[in-house]
Amino acid sequence: MNIVVLVKQVPDSGSERNLRADDKTVDRGSANNVINEMDEYAIEEALKITEAHGGEVTILTMGPDSATEAIRKALQMGPAKGVHVVDDALHGSCALATSKVLAEALKTLNADIVVCGAESTDGRVQVMPQMLAERLGVAALTGARKLTVDGNTLTAERQTEEGFEVVTASTPAIVSVWDTINEPRYPSFKGIMAAKSKPINVLTLADLGVSPDEVGFAGASSAVVDANKRPPRSAGTKVTDDGEGGVALVEFLTAEKFV
Amino acid sequence: MSEVLVVVEQAGGAVKKVTLEMLTMARELGTPAAVVLGAPGTAAAVAGKLAEFGAEKIYVAESDEIDGHLVAPKAAVLAALIQRVSPAAVLIGSTQEGKEIAGRVAVKLDNGLLTDVLALDADGTATQAVFAGSTVVKSKVIRGLPLVTVRPNSLTPTPSAGAGAQEAVDVTVDDAAKLVKVVSRQAEQKGSRPELTEASIVVSGGRGVGSADNFKLVEEFADLLGAAVGASRAATDSGFYPHQFQVGQTGKTVSPQLYVALGISGAIQHRAGMQTSKTIAVVNKDPEAPIFELADFGVVGDLFKVVPQAAEEIRKRK
Repeated sequence: MNIVVLVKQVPDSGSERNLRADDKTVDRGSANNVINEMDEYAIEEALKITEAHGGEVTILTMGPDSATEAIRKALQMGPAKGVHVVDDALHGSCALATSKVLAEALKTLNADIVVCGAESTDGRVQVMPQMLAERLGVAALTGARKLTVDGNTLTAERQTEEGFEVVTASTPAIVSVWDTINEPRYPSFKGIMAAKSKPINVLTLADLGVSPDEVGFAGASSAVVDANKRPPRSAGTKVTDDGEGGVALVEFLTAEKFV
Repeated sequence: MSEVLVVVEQAGGAVKKVTLEMLTMARELGTPAAVVLGAPGTAAAVAGKLAEFGAEKIYVAESDEIDGHLVAPKAAVLAALIQRVSPAAVLIGSTQEGKEIAGRVAVKLDNGLLTDVLALDADGTATQAVFAGSTVVKSKVIRGLPLVTVRPNSLTPTPSAGAGAQEAVDVTVDDAAKLVKVVSRQAEQKGSRPELTEASIVVSGGRGVGSADNFKLVEEFADLLGAAVGASRAATDSGFYPHQFQVGQTGKTVSPQLYVALGISGAIQHRAGMQTSKTIAVVNKDPEAPIFELADFGVVGDLFKVVPQAAEEIRKRK
């Protein structure tokens, strides 16, 4: 199995995140940039598949120069190599343009399965797997909490609002995973050392045959008009339970007409 | 006025609240037209409700193929309908399925897409909350029509009678839309509680609840308030409560009228999923817990004392 895992570098959701004042894009300069958490589960699932069925895992990232760090981190877990799509013209790309570029990159990689996280912690848009499937004409099994590979048949269990459903498709396919699917491994010392020398192939828009005016701000299909920090919530009343804390809570809820 | 298409979400013949919210929103933008995509018989079950909330027209796209495959057939039928009727806007629920349909439609029509929209102005300007609600963004689709997914609980749905005239839609889709088959669907027990993302009140428990057994206390309090039950990641990771009820960065985002956090410290992971709630009440034994920074009302105390007493007090007042 030839597996490609999509990895996105995002600002750490555990610290304050901002949009840049000048062009309203995600401020990466001031942020602690990390691998999107859900992608670690995608890497783990890909490694498990190749461990059981053979094959190789490739990490694919689109992002600025600094995203190389995310690829190296991902490679520490065990994948064989990385591909980094980087081009100044990509800055400001919308989801549609991003999917166009990633689809072109995937065409060069000939994957049986593409695995990705169900969402990124920065945008939380969740559309990339279906957008890529639409562009590539392959199956998309999204939101998997369990995945079974049997020859070229993939079966996934996916959480729904009502319960869960079981879906199936043949490779080539795109699978997106939630954090319920596995427990990502920690990189071993050996893995960390090995990652330093693993190949990362850098691709530009020209390499992929995508014109710069189809991406970035030039090719954007949506635009941010205005962005403002929401004023922080002001803390309200805090009481210490002196034996009547429950009553005080209900008095508050009654005053607010919830009881 | 041009039509505003509202993609209907339903489960077992019951229209989801987000659909009623979108119909309410659509009235301000044009003529609301609902789009039912599902198995044969779906429209018959939901048409009355859709008309009650203002649907002048109901486009009915029903087939076993739509029901038996993941989102792609729905997206194909919807994209064809959009091309045919050229609506003023298309509103889809910002749920996992809604976003997936929208993503495919965006590619098919090369049309911009905005997700997690809270409000949409007549000029197409959308309001979105990003970075866990800490930043409010105004944005616009600049290629194509306003194609947006609307976050549940963004507004209060109000009835307004519409004609509800049904029109059958061509449901022919090619094989490329039938690559993923649904083998089975299983309902998981969830009782009579409202759905987490749609609930007006959410009561959540965290690490402080201590065990799966103790979560009964959270459930009991939720039921007294007619609330949905949520859990922090610490609680779901510890196996206290099922994962699908997780509220937070890696779980559901909720924005209810009232959010009650029991034994939740308020890590950023959790705050990301609930800090746009209108009113927040907290019970936690640690007075330094960051969740108190968000609380409109906080009780520093042992939840195993405070919550039973509060439950008793509510029963007394009922």
